[in-house]
Amino acid sequence: MTAALAAPSPAGGAKTRINDFSIQVATVNGSGSQTANTVLLRAIFQMGVFVSGKNLFPSNIAGLPTWFTIRASAQGYVARKASNEMLILMNPETAKEDIAKADPGALVIYDEPLQLDKLRSDLAYTPVPFQKLVTASCPEPKLHKLVKNMIYVGVAARLLGIDMEEVKKAIAKQLKGKTKAIELNQTACMAGYDWAMENLEDQDHIKVVRDNKTQGLIIIDGNEACALGALFAGVTVVGWYPITPASSLVETFIEYADEYRKDPKTGKSTVAIVQMEDELASAGVVLSAGWAGARSMTSTAGPGISLMSEFIGLGYYVEAPGVFFNVARTGPSTGLPTRTQQSDVELCAKCSHGDTLHINLYPGTMEECFQFSYDAFDLAEKFQTPIFVVTDLDLGMQNWASKPFTYPAKPYDRGKVLNQQQLAEVKDWGRYKDVDGDGIPYRSLPGTPGGKGAYLTRGSGHNAYAQYSEKPEDYLEVMDRLKRKYETAKSFVPGPVFRNQGSDKGVLAFGSSDPAVIEAQDVLAEGGLKTDYLRLRALPFTAEVDTYVKEKKVVYVVEQNRDGQLANLFRETYPEHATKFKSVLHFDGYAIDAKCIVDQITAFEQK
Amino acid sequence: MTTATPSAPVPAAPTNKLGFTKQDYVGSKSTLCAGCGHDSITAQIINAAFESSIEGHRVTKYSGIGCSSKTPAYFINQGWGFNSVHGRMPSIATGASLANRTLINIGVSGDGDSMSIGMGQFVHAVRRNIPMIYIIEDNGVYGLTKGQFSATADKGSHLKSGAVNDFPPIDPCTLAIELGCGFVARSFSGNPKQLNAILKAAFAYQGTVVLDVISPCVTFNNHDASTRSYKHVKDHDFPLHDLGFIQYSEVEEVEIPAGQTEIVTFPDGSKVAIKAIHEGYEPTDRFGAMKAIHESMAKGEFLTGLLYINPTQPPLPEVLNLVDEPLATLGEDLLKPSPAELDKIMQALM
Repeated sequence: MTAALAAPSPAGGAKTRINDFSIQVATVNGSGSQTANTVLLRAIFQMGVFVSGKNLFPSNIAGLPTWFTIRASAQGYVARKASNEMLILMNPETAKEDIAKADPGALVIYDEPLQLDKLRSDLAYTPVPFQKLVTASCPEPKLHKLVKNMIYVGVAARLLGIDMEEVKKAIAKQLKGKTKAIELNQTACMAGYDWAMENLEDQDHIKVVRDNKTQGLIIIDGNEACALGALFAGVTVVGWYPITPASSLVETFIEYADEYRKDPKTGKSTVAIVQMEDELASAGVVLSAGWAGARSMTSTAGPGISLMSEFIGLGYYVEAPGVFFNVARTGPSTGLPTRTQQSDVELCAKCSHGDTLHINLYPGTMEECFQFSYDAFDLAEKFQTPIFVVTDLDLGMQNWASKPFTYPAKPYDRGKVLNQQQLAEVKDWGRYKDVDGDGIPYRSLPGTPGGKGAYLTRGSGHNAYAQYSEKPEDYLEVMDRLKRKYETAKSFVPGPVFRNQGSDKGVLAFGSSDPAVIEAQDVLAEGGLKTDYLRLRALPFTAEVDTYVKEKKVVYVVEQNRDGQLANLFRETYPEHATKFKSVLHFDGYAIDAKCIVDQITAFEQK
Repeated sequence: MTTATPSAPVPAAPTNKLGFTKQDYVGSKSTLCAGCGHDSITAQIINAAFESSIEGHRVTKYSGIGCSSKTPAYFINQGWGFNSVHGRMPSIATGASLANRTLINIGVSGDGDSMSIGMGQFVHAVRRNIPMIYIIEDNGVYGLTKGQFSATADKGSHLKSGAVNDFPPIDPCTLAIELGCGFVARSFSGNPKQLNAILKAAFAYQGTVVLDVISPCVTFNNHDASTRSYKHVKDHDFPLHDLGFIQYSEVEEVEIPAGQTEIVTFPDGSKVAIKAIHEGYEPTDRFGAMKAIHESMAKGEFLTGLLYINPTQPPLPEVLNLVDEPLATLGEDLLKPSPAELDKIMQALM
């Protein structure tokens, strides 16, 4: 082979970036590239290097462009990084545009026939004859399209210095026991590696060097973490309807339930899972199952919450428990269904008509996705109300490295439920009476024998004894008590997490913005601006949040939506501090990155 | 001066097998219009539950919104009730019946609640064979919003205001048969005997019972130009058969007449005795039932009785292979995987 394959070297003799770079892979969706990209990510992870992956995929099954970004970071930063040091261009449709957007000095691996090397002179090109290599390494023409992507994994492994044994292990892990597929993919990957060894000179622009940062860590996505939380929380009724990006939460749950939720004596199932006809019906199942004493849940995204909102108002008013997962995506309407956003903050905070206020949990890490999902079922039964667990596509569907989850040893809190004996003993029981002064009444479950405790739940006006009433004083009693119940929740929802640098300037964010905020905070500090970061983890706001708001001179509220929805909630809750809240926003559908936060805060500071 | 007249001893109210009197099956006082057909249906639910010795505390009553949906407050106070949102009763019944499979589920809906806003949920609840008696109190009109047409109103039917319905009706019974429902019946609120027999059979059935009860609205739809008026329905009611229901515990004692009477046996051993009036009607023949109903509708008749029966279909909790005890009361020991199991899951993710 005579190819004049230049050994690319860092532009301007810059220092080699060790374990600190981003790779962007451009492919066509439905071509099996997801497997190849995950293998590459996993191989770097197995090299002991902190790594994160973002799949930018289209709302389509096959044939549209898709990009996958892998970021390695020795410092442990896992947010999306806007600039990339390596590009792997496999999609003819987007290759020219990808080249135009590339950062100067980037390494470009591309499919040889695309002839991209004339487009710019400030990039380091590595053309690869993928078709030739795949023909030689894979005897099955039908499978060429699928294994072709494995070849770039081999080439990249060679250029980055990744141990091929780790790549092979990653393939075996990814394809779990499918012997033939594992062999086929390992062969293709090796063909790419061998070709690169023979034909490419090494480069010292970016490198993976074995480290020990990932020992004992897991790789997981948020939907799976939430599904596991629900599994351990003992959910017994699931009503759901497919929607991107929330479907895999229930689908993963179904897989785990198959193994872990069978009665060992009878082999029968201890959970009912029904794919309903729509989100309205899913909400009905969740609330009525909760009403009848089950631990119930659904998983959906913004449009689903909109459809459920009539029922959620009913659940709030009749005080029926249930857990609603909202894996948020880019709205409004169909919007960008495969892109991320935090634009359902206000929707979930006050979902439904009339006066409604809901407990919301905002996990920001994989461990919190697990733990908060577990806690949500306790909160639902304790407060007898719909609980929202709000994540987003970035948390829910992307790969994250995490510490293994801690076993949730705390026993379930099934709330104030009166059994037959307690009902027999209690005098003057009223379903909606505030006996303890915390706004939380006592309930009874359908089917309880003994002839006491039956009542009719109704969405129409009712008094403390659950009787129909249109009297203003009865209506006010219930509504005021519901507000009191919400106040009580302040002491039971997870409080915020702080990352303080000793400043009277605050940065406040929640959920998937966390990695970008941490990185931005460090960048700002290097530039001389210290901040105190509060990561909000729940609604209602707890006492620590009150204090923080009162103490800070300015609070930069970072969120991934256009209208500053969380900042709006803060202005409404703390009107005397309303002018303190400055919105730092990112809402183009891509995951938030540190640079956009640094730029916006810097601009505010210069005003 | 008055003297106390010696009063005759008050005869004790009759009790059922559980020792309950009929009074134990009543509910709160109805607030519907005097003479409303729905109240007659409520009365038969009470009678059938009493006579079938239903355990009141196991009864759960579900409804949506509308006049019909108010009625769960008027029967079986020993049972729990859930009056939900418009058209969504079926999903409420679905969730609760899964949470506790020992409940006896009665859904009461109307023609607006089920055939318009709630059509989607009706269809899918029937498809899934939710264990419930699904009663549609069918008056062809929206009563609670003061008299608009519903989707079961006959084409050409008039409102009190004179407005004419331009659209064909939806028939819940043929629809239910089409969807695979194994117990489809129609009755008339003015025929208590038939309604009682159907309800008793319904209590013994395991899956979804669809029971369409023509129930004239005395306030908004009882005039001469309505096809849902008392007079019109009485004139056009065509009972298919004399229906008898024999509970499993009584089967030995009751002599079942031979000949014209067909017997359908339920999985629990209860029997429905069907003595045909309409010649050649075969309630276990799905296609024949569809044909007969369509033919009678074309003639402007209401065919009433047990239209279709197939007692062998498994209800949803069986399809899902759920444990026998209520999911709602399962203990943490059965629900929460062990620390070792979490460890195993974590290892697989490393």
